[in-house]
Amino acid sequence: MAKKKTIRTIPQERTPMREQEPRARAKNFEEVACGYDVGEALREAERCLLCPDQPCVSGCPVGIDIPGFIRKIGENNTRAAYDVIAETNLLAAVCGRVCPQETQCEEVCTVGESLEPVAIGRLERFVGDAAIREGWVNVPHIEANGFRVGIVGSGPAGMACAADMAKAGCEVTVFEAFHQPGGVLKYGIPDFRLPNGVVDAEIENLRRIGVRFECNTLVGRLFTIEQMVDELGFHAVFIGTGAGYPSMLGVPGDSLNGVLSANELLTRCNLMRARDAAFDTPIPLGKRVAVIGAGNTAMDAMRVCLRLGAEKVYCVYRRSRAECPARAEEVHHAEQEGIEFHWLTAPVAILDDGKGGVRGMRCIRMELGAPDDSGRRRPMPVAGSEFDFEADQVVYAIGTNANPIIGQTSRLKLDKRGYIATDESLATSMPGVFAGGDIVTGAATVIEAMGAGRRAARGMKAYLGLRDAARAAGGETLFGIDLGERNFVRLRAAA
Amino acid sequence: MEAARLSQFEIVAREDFSDVTYLLEVRHPLMAKAARPGQFVIVMAHERGERIPLTIADFDRSRGTITLVVQAVGKTTREMQQSCKVGSTLHAMVGPMGIPSPISGAKKVVCVGGGLGVAPIFPQARGFKEAGTYVIGVLGFRTKSLVFWEDKFRACCNELILCTDDGSAGLKGLVTEGIKRAIAKHRDIDEVVAIGPPVMMKGCAEATRPHKIKTLVSLNPIMVDGTGMCGGCRVKIGSEVKFACVDGPDFDGHLVDFDDLMTRLRRYTQVERAAAERWSANCRMKDLADPAAPAVELLELPDPFDDVKGG
Repeated sequence: MAKKKTIRTIPQERTPMREQEPRARAKNFEEVACGYDVGEALREAERCLLCPDQPCVSGCPVGIDIPGFIRKIGENNTRAAYDVIAETNLLAAVCGRVCPQETQCEEVCTVGESLEPVAIGRLERFVGDAAIREGWVNVPHIEANGFRVGIVGSGPAGMACAADMAKAGCEVTVFEAFHQPGGVLKYGIPDFRLPNGVVDAEIENLRRIGVRFECNTLVGRLFTIEQMVDELGFHAVFIGTGAGYPSMLGVPGDSLNGVLSANELLTRCNLMRARDAAFDTPIPLGKRVAVIGAGNTAMDAMRVCLRLGAEKVYCVYRRSRAECPARAEEVHHAEQEGIEFHWLTAPVAILDDGKGGVRGMRCIRMELGAPDDSGRRRPMPVAGSEFDFEADQVVYAIGTNANPIIGQTSRLKLDKRGYIATDESLATSMPGVFAGGDIVTGAATVIEAMGAGRRAARGMKAYLGLRDAARAAGGETLFGIDLGERNFVRLRAAA
Repeated sequence: MEAARLSQFEIVAREDFSDVTYLLEVRHPLMAKAARPGQFVIVMAHERGERIPLTIADFDRSRGTITLVVQAVGKTTREMQQSCKVGSTLHAMVGPMGIPSPISGAKKVVCVGGGLGVAPIFPQARGFKEAGTYVIGVLGFRTKSLVFWEDKFRACCNELILCTDDGSAGLKGLVTEGIKRAIAKHRDIDEVVAIGPPVMMKGCAEATRPHKIKTLVSLNPIMVDGTGMCGGCRVKIGSEVKFACVDGPDFDGHLVDFDDLMTRLRRYTQVERAAAERWSANCRMKDLADPAAPAVELLELPDPFDDVKGG
């Protein structure tokens, strides 16, 4: 047993993660961050104090036993570390990459009070990658309970819910409208942040625990939510269809060719592989691309354009850097790669090149006024500050609205913005039907969607009267699972 | 989940109407059950293919099939013309997508189909007929040899006005001539439904505007996902922007900005032409190896501004 660590004895500096050199990586779709090797992981694991409070666990939306897995890394037992993570999260390689740890587990890390917090995300990724490389899968002993669960949407919310319900013994089928499962992890997040191969590996793990994926299935139109419950024999349904429907700016020139949503650009590039000549889907290639917005999706879109060969890529955002919603790391990466940021700038019109395409943008300078509803200072246009800006492609990354399909085709209660209304347990207005992720909250992060998928799974288990298998067995694997679950009784709601 | 044990997208029948127009009947029992007039599917021919929207031309619930009529104009549709044989499978077919056309309580309707729109107007004409509506069909083809489904339409239309550009069958002229004739004869037309190339639908909307007859058109802009996610299919309807895939595909023809639609349809014209040329060159090389195979003529892609007519 090592002697007790203190804040003075641990390595003071956070272990940096090797990255592809910005100039080189801006031209390829290989991953930017290379991941820790064993030595680096051991060193960083050493920085965890294994403090008794474990604030990081409550900072994690899915409640991973973070000190538990870091302890195992420290013991140089990566397999055991994987076992700990897999208790709560089957998607370590994904979450290690795309979670905003700096506002979750790492934000509340005890070490972070005096030093840089432990690089929890990087360590999680280290374990997740090792699992994929080594082919580790934890197929728990699953006792079939005869319940059938239908999951609509195979993105992070659906995958997380599917994993929990399959582990609880349900027969789970996930329906996906696209021809490949993975949702936003596949079509949205580019390969240089999250390789599609990693997503496929995680999906394969779900298949191994018995989850079935049915692609090319547009629920709502091929069959409705009501039919799933009434005719197709699903005892419970989870809807995790995402937000989707991209917002347009509503300025003159919106419909010009050369103006497209970040969703369209990313889908063509990431899912349809338009950048590869062997694939048929075309993609517009701008030389001077302006991306409107400064969220994570905007960062992805800009960096994709750069890799597709754009000479200049601009970020145009009406607020200042301080209000920008993207992760600091993403902004930093984009900046390193040569993205030019235009803060406090708002487009007022997209300019026509006379042939239906884009020749530029008319923008106006903004200044920050009093805080608005979001708590951020409201951007106000500066009178007479319009100026023209040369660009041949404009990408809108200014958010999304609720996808209307489920609302159009079911009697589910929606909120006034068109998102599905749910209670605390994520139950919708229809018995046995749960919903979570962007279709309930509006656009959020991958891990929040996964958290919602798991929360819905708890609600679903309660509804079906299932006792949590892991809990029944007892032991330290119960981390992060709602204690209320102990009270579950085998009381199935009347079908 | 046997009920949703989904399709392998097997092609169970094929019919060639002309050198460029072909019909595919694809097995998908669940979709055949769900499909309504006016809806569409998105098809991928192979793993590396693009996703192309095709309007459902017919559905047969007892056979459990979906019928598509395809015009070979670009790389994908020409490739499918060669590869889609009875017994082969598509890589993907998802749908039915879009809001079904309202088969309203209209007493008398005109169903107009031109070119590619002839097939998809069929389920609507049949739907109206089944609802007890008096149906006047107006079909436009370039020439007599391209005419198809005349019998099917005769069976579900109370009147059928056939138009050909060269007058080789039926009325000489565009479908707008047929509409004018129908309006002249019937003073009590409640609704016109038109499907075809944008320029044709624009002509139809203009033909009915002075008479204030409700006119629905079915828009088929460029799409990727077909589920409201990419916004590529946005169209201007009056002062609003709508996504054809989830807010349509049917819209009030008097409000549609057709010029905007046609400009947007040209987005990838150059890339598509290049892809078709590359594909065609490739095929010719194969043809050299197989002298029995006829050389493939490269079709010009139809410009959406052209009056594309008849298969």
